[in-house]
Amino acid sequence: MLERHSADVVVVGAGPAGVAAACAAAEAGRRVLLLDEGVRPGGQIWRHAVRSGLPRPARRWLDRVDRSGATFTGGTTVVDGAPGRLLAERQGQPLEIRAAALVLATGARERFLPFRGWTLPGVVGVGGAQALVKGGLDVRGARIVVAGTGPLPLAVAAALRTAGARVSTVAEQAPARAVARFAAGLWRTPARALQAIRYRATLAGTRFRTGTWVAAAEGQDRVIGVRLTDGRRDWSEPCDWLCAAWGLIPATELAAVLGCATRDGAVVVDGALRTSVPGIWCAGESVGVAGVEAALVEGEMAGVAAGDGPPRAGLAGARQRHRGLARRMEAAFALRPELRSVAEDDVLACRCEDVPLGAARAAGSFREARLHTRLGMGACQGRVCGSALEFLLGWEPPAVRPPVLPARAGTLLAMTAQPRRDS
Amino acid sequence: MTTLEPGVRIEVDGVPHAVPAGATVAAALLNAGVSGFRRAVSGTLRAPLCGMGSCFECRVRIDGVPHRRACMEVVRDGMEVRTGA
Repeated sequence: MLERHSADVVVVGAGPAGVAAACAAAEAGRRVLLLDEGVRPGGQIWRHAVRSGLPRPARRWLDRVDRSGATFTGGTTVVDGAPGRLLAERQGQPLEIRAAALVLATGARERFLPFRGWTLPGVVGVGGAQALVKGGLDVRGARIVVAGTGPLPLAVAAALRTAGARVSTVAEQAPARAVARFAAGLWRTPARALQAIRYRATLAGTRFRTGTWVAAAEGQDRVIGVRLTDGRRDWSEPCDWLCAAWGLIPATELAAVLGCATRDGAVVVDGALRTSVPGIWCAGESVGVAGVEAALVEGEMAGVAAGDGPPRAGLAGARQRHRGLARRMEAAFALRPELRSVAEDDVLACRCEDVPLGAARAAGSFREARLHTRLGMGACQGRVCGSALEFLLGWEPPAVRPPVLPARAGTLLAMTAQPRRDS
Repeated sequence: MTTLEPGVRIEVDGVPHAVPAGATVAAALLNAGVSGFRRAVSGTLRAPLCGMGSCFECRVRIDGVPHRRACMEVVRDGMEVRTGA
């Protein structure tokens, strides 16, 4: 039996953008349903076991969405849909959700690039490490190396230190001059400058190396060390955990399946956060990675619009400011070309189907690689190898097909019973 | 960091463990010393990578249901987890 729900506004993703959108639409008097894969609202950045552990702005927003009248439904994975209608799965059961208006706030995920040893247990993402610690992972006394780019590695290193880990090195792939130029521009955003100073204080005793990246992870059954390089020489550092990722990329799969246009890996929206499909708005990282403040402002704008509420002053201007900072950040932390030659051909590119990079390269395109090697056909559906090969080989990312996340047979049956849009 | 007190009992591959209530299955397993969550096509052991539900490296069998993402599930008293599938 297919469980059915309906609402005036359905918001997919309960991170900052989704929470702000749900608040704004519910405060405009609409019936709002807020969906997330996680069991609690907050998304990845506000992931928590107990709300008291969160920073005050996060607690304020989560308390506000509680009071707003919006209904939060956690543990819910949206697997398919068409404008006005979503198919989801919760505890293995299919769910049909109808909505007059839809706000997509599916956020971002980390970009991973292959290197020798990257499949070893103990090699995790940068945000990934933080998510695991928020989920209760005990890192007290553990030796950790963090490698990546942008502000996230510093924030995570500080959080890991606070959680009791010994973070020996933070490796930033961008060159020192790019980091310095970006840091000098922080005076424009005092809150961020203050945050940077706080990280620096927490990170006394941790080396911060610019122009440095991972050459390989070392170990047999689990990571025991990392080989770092600055392009001229390389050296090994012992570690119990290696946190490595190369920035964030927008999660656009659901938007793409719903027919929304995407460009340069992000969902295309106009100045009012409307996607190319009438009745669907998109806000936050999925329209371009810009951080929590941008996500909150955009979520609020999208929620007001989707809920047909009275316009709120100051949001569009704030959005422009946050997006401007994001553009400067993107330029400063652009991935260096040397990262394209870190992995040898025998290193796995697709971790689901165990396809080596050389075999992928030989296939020439995603389409051919899928046909001949099963690359990108596994459980993650190309989420990991797709963005890696886009950077490494300049490949067009694979087209998204429903279900956007693996679903059970019963859910897939419910999906086939659903009238498909023309494609 | 919020320190979580052990409050839930789960079974990992038949061995009982006391784990903090509110923890994810992934964190609980890692704290219990489990290093390999699943076995890859080529036979090597894999463990959580992304920690947030997109890489599927942490999938385990939970209460008889295969392919559950350990990083997206919260421990429940009496939960039975099987690794290495």
